[in-house]
Amino acid sequence: MADNQKEIDEHSGVDTTGHEWDGIKELNNPLPKWWVYTFYITCIWAVLYWIAMPAIPLASSYTKGVLGYSQRQVVADEIAAANAKKAVWADRLMSTPLEKVSDDPQLMTYVMSAAGTSFGDNCATCHGTGAQGSKGYPNLNDDDWLWGGTLEEIQTTIQYGIRSEHEETRYSEMPFFVKDGLLERDQVRALAEYVLALSGEDHDAALAASAAETYEFECASCHMEDGAGDIFVGAPNLKDKIWLHGEGRDAIIKNIGYMKAGVMPAWKDRLDEATIRSLAIYVHSLGGGQ
Amino acid sequence: MDTNQSTKPGGAIAEAAAPGVERIDVTAINKTETRSLYKSREPIYPKRVQGTFRKTKAIAMTIMFAIYYGLPWVRWDRGLNAPDQAVLVDFPGRRFYFFFIEIWPQEIYYITGLLILAAIGLFLVTSLFGRVWCGFACPQTVWTDLFLAVERRVEGDRNKRIRLAKAPWTMDKIFKKIIKHSIWLVIAVGTGGAWVLYFHDAPTLFRDLFTLDAPMTAYLFIALLTFFTYLLGGFAREQVCIYMCPWPRIQGAMLDEDTLMVSYEKDRGEPRGPHKKGDTWEGRGHCVSCRQCVVVCPMGIDIRDGAQLECIGCGLCIDACNGIMKKLDLPQNLIAFDTDKNIERRSKGEPTSYSLFRPRTFVYSGVLVLVAAVMLLSLLNRSTLELNIQRDRNPLYVTLSDGGVRNGYTVKILNKTQDARNFRLTHQSEHALEMKIVGTDAQLQDFIVNVESDKLRAVRVFLTKPGDTSPVENIPVTFTVTDIELGTTASYEGTFVGGGK
Repeated sequence: MADNQKEIDEHSGVDTTGHEWDGIKELNNPLPKWWVYTFYITCIWAVLYWIAMPAIPLASSYTKGVLGYSQRQVVADEIAAANAKKAVWADRLMSTPLEKVSDDPQLMTYVMSAAGTSFGDNCATCHGTGAQGSKGYPNLNDDDWLWGGTLEEIQTTIQYGIRSEHEETRYSEMPFFVKDGLLERDQVRALAEYVLALSGEDHDAALAASAAETYEFECASCHMEDGAGDIFVGAPNLKDKIWLHGEGRDAIIKNIGYMKAGVMPAWKDRLDEATIRSLAIYVHSLGGGQ
Repeated sequence: MDTNQSTKPGGAIAEAAAPGVERIDVTAINKTETRSLYKSREPIYPKRVQGTFRKTKAIAMTIMFAIYYGLPWVRWDRGLNAPDQAVLVDFPGRRFYFFFIEIWPQEIYYITGLLILAAIGLFLVTSLFGRVWCGFACPQTVWTDLFLAVERRVEGDRNKRIRLAKAPWTMDKIFKKIIKHSIWLVIAVGTGGAWVLYFHDAPTLFRDLFTLDAPMTAYLFIALLTFFTYLLGGFAREQVCIYMCPWPRIQGAMLDEDTLMVSYEKDRGEPRGPHKKGDTWEGRGHCVSCRQCVVVCPMGIDIRDGAQLECIGCGLCIDACNGIMKKLDLPQNLIAFDTDKNIERRSKGEPTSYSLFRPRTFVYSGVLVLVAAVMLLSLLNRSTLELNIQRDRNPLYVTLSDGGVRNGYTVKILNKTQDARNFRLTHQSEHALEMKIVGTDAQLQDFIVNVESDKLRAVRVFLTKPGDTSPVENIPVTFTVTDIELGTTASYEGTFVGGGK
């Protein structure tokens, strides 16, 4: 509008802002009081907040505020408080003999919930979130244990690992029978039939029988005469229905010729003793513990 | 018609309304026609009045305060393992106790039922008797009434209060204001103080509040309720009903021409005007324009303008008018609880009639009875034992070394009784499955689960299909728990995943 005169709306008696859209003019009504007061209060609040709390970024730092509040410090304090709470339970866990822990329902509740988290953080990468494993990575829910399934044995495995860099590690090596030229391909094929026969699968009986001597000579020292395996050298049981590196004839032939051996790190230096203990109890409780 | 000419503010104007009846200079502040949309609140100074409705309001207020402040102290014996407070909302323990009823979080629908009952009840009462809730029972009305009573006691009645408001700030005025606001604040703190007692054991919390041992939330909620009681009862008052509350607007849908409402009987009152001594009442109405009905109104309206959104139906104008009618030797109830239909009938010379039974009231009563019946039925059939089962999904199943298949389940047993109980867990399926409960104690080995009173217990259960049996895919499994002493049972239909092995 050219002139500065206020235009008064004839119906409401209120002046207009001068804004007009398609013939509709905006009335210059005041804002509701409660809104205006709230607005003023938020303005004051903002200024006080700038003074009291960390607020304005500077070149290499920021204004710290007079209250000295720091979210980092809050997190650090909260973690310290949580650790202090945990310490009570960790002490109780460490002072209870391993096999007696499951008799203490309260402690067991702590162990299961703490170890559930630790398992997810450390173990689930290979063993899966449900400890179900996958090809090459053992399923911890079942009752088949390469290195033993008692609480003590599981704890030792977690502490020192398998084929890890720790000097106390559990260690064993199966030769690459084909790669290293220890056996002919025909011998390996026959041996595979022998292994299939051990676990009661369909097999060529004549071929299997022909491999009996080879098995006795090359395999029985670790996998035992009857194929039951040996937990002291981590030799798998060949009679059961669980096949870590794949099921069936082709997989067996491949494994005899070019064995893959899994590696599990030693956790002794990475996790504290109470966590390892609780993980052992957790894994043991998944259903297959002995 | 009334004229608003004013000569002496706050006092009677020269002309009397009738012999012995002063004509008060007052304008209905919240009259719809004159009220601007953008205006600060103008204070209302309701005059004291005596009569039936004033008395009813006082009695209603006493009863409601007695309930509000007394209920947390009522005890109800529930045995050793449960709190003995009759009405208790126990958030930490996740229980709601109401006399003989105990509600778990998953039974919160009972509360929904109660709220539906309250809403329909309100609909029914409103369609019959108008806004009696607003006028007599609503906390906003009750607390405002109490705050007004305090104001009147400290500062005097209407005229004194108006004079005090306009007076300069003398010591006397400051003293009166301090007294008034202090009493208001004490009432407000009491409001919040009683509120928190519903959420904790009342005697314990009451003591802890004074020894500063009560939880922070208790103090926080007392502060919150104190602030809002003080604000809404002391300052916002009728503004809450007119601008904030949705209920007056909803009520428009419940009211009809048969609803009893506070009504000015214009068939008898009009034409109105001052009445001089010796004049005849022939050819004129009984309303002498004394404006007593306006001056006592806490909402600042003139009831003679007819039914309006601002009217809370408290009936104080009826009391005021009846006082005047008595003085003038005229019949009572020029303003009365009456229906629109009757006013119309009378002006046509027809007899009055009241109909409580109308389609609307039948529907509301019907729904009310229905909801109440459903609630009662479900409460009577409320189970004290529940069974929930979650099957492991990761892994879905585990193959064992003998070729067997194992499924894991988390079995949750809810014991809602007041005693610890032993439950036997059994399972049933078309295929022979072996069950094992994880745990070392002998009871669990025998499939007996002990659950503490009023608690949930979760146990891990394994079902195993032996390796030497035929392969299965998914088969249904029914789990059942049986209370060994009482024989009550609960079942859960689950699945066993065989993986085709």
